[in-house]
Amino acid sequence: MPQYTTFQPKPYRPRMSAYWYLDQWHYLRYALRESSSFFVAYFCVITLIQIATLKAGPTHYAHFQALMRCPVIIILNALALAFILLHAVTWFLLVPRVALRQVLNRPTPDLIASTPNFMVWFGATLIVALFILGVF
Amino acid sequence: MADTIILEVERFHPERDTEPSYQSFEVPLRADWMVLDALNFIKDQLDGSLAFRWSCRMGICGSCGMTINGVPKLTCETLLMDFAPGPVRVGPLDHFPVVKDLVVEMDDFMAKLQKVRPWIVRKDDFKPQREFIQTPAQLEAFHQFSLCINCTLCYAACPVSGLDSNFIGPAAIALAHRYNLDSRDQGQEDRLDIISQHEGIWDCTVVGECSTVCPKGVDPSLAIQQYKLTATKEWFKSFLLPRGKN
Ligand code: SF4
Ligand code: FES
Repeated sequence: MPQYTTFQPKPYRPRMSAYWYLDQWHYLRYALRESSSFFVAYFCVITLIQIATLKAGPTHYAHFQALMRCPVIIILNALALAFILLHAVTWFLLVPRVALRQVLNRPTPDLIASTPNFMVWFGATLIVALFILGVF
Repeated sequence: MADTIILEVERFHPERDTEPSYQSFEVPLRADWMVLDALNFIKDQLDGSLAFRWSCRMGICGSCGMTINGVPKLTCETLLMDFAPGPVRVGPLDHFPVVKDLVVEMDDFMAKLQKVRPWIVRKDDFKPQREFIQTPAQLEAFHQFSLCINCTLCYAACPVSGLDSNFIGPAAIALAHRYNLDSRDQGQEDRLDIISQHEGIWDCTVVGECSTVCPKGVDPSLAIQQYKLTATKEWFKSFLLPRGKN
């Protein structure tokens, strides 16, 4: 009877670091994109509070405005704006991933698939800006 | 320019080591050498115990995938010169159990691949008397997804694969999609049941690195997102028309 040891694999099972998103720039970019959703939620809450205080009367709205002028809130809002821009740009650049890219039976270049979204976004921003500046 | 380069190669011996470590080798830096040539030089001239997989040396068999300086690549297609003056770090593919040195265990991937039935499924007893002709347009629909060589670089690049070992993963879904888009296939419904589960398409958070690292230009990320659309449409259909499937 031949004496031998049967193969008993003992593979090394690597564990992923909790900081894996710091390993490469594209992972960090992804992590920033995902965390930008937090700031989207933050702006939604701020807008809801704004509407509620507007409905509650001038005194409440004045309080809200005073709160918004507080330096901490200004810094937080500037940060949130930066993340919202990142969220919007990365989302629109992802459109070609989620939409069928076959137009006229040819693959559509990514940028062409995203461009209509950017155009609608800029158009809407322009209308809101003109409205705030009192052009309408 | 120096005529040698340092290769830092990850070593792991399952009988001796509890975790991998790096070993440095000095190899010739030749303009026409790929990283795989440098590994073969080490095996032939410096240390015959180094274990790694390769076969075709022309980007076809998909067996030589490794992590080079943190990025999953086919070593037979990656020029050594691109990393001069070095050092170059070569490790096994991330997110796979390491059998020895640069060799990873593929069993889990193979099981997932089989699960999605990546072959033509017929439900009728259709017996073709001659070739089942495909028009150029029908071929174009699935062609890019059929270029997959099962190298699993996309799994190594995907953090979701690393965090959730149940995730079916990019290549298996891309290959399932390839057969769904094939006009000869009738297995879409069976595959959808498997792939529309949480561990299938819904685990994907669109990191997109699978498509970036793919050496064959397959776009697994696109396949997954297209599959999400199909799954959503099917869900609405079954919700609105619960009795009839069509
Ligand atoms: S999809 Fe690309 S990266 Fe993934 S296994 Fe296939 S060929 Fe390799
Ligand atoms: S050796 Fe076959 S793909 Fe590299």
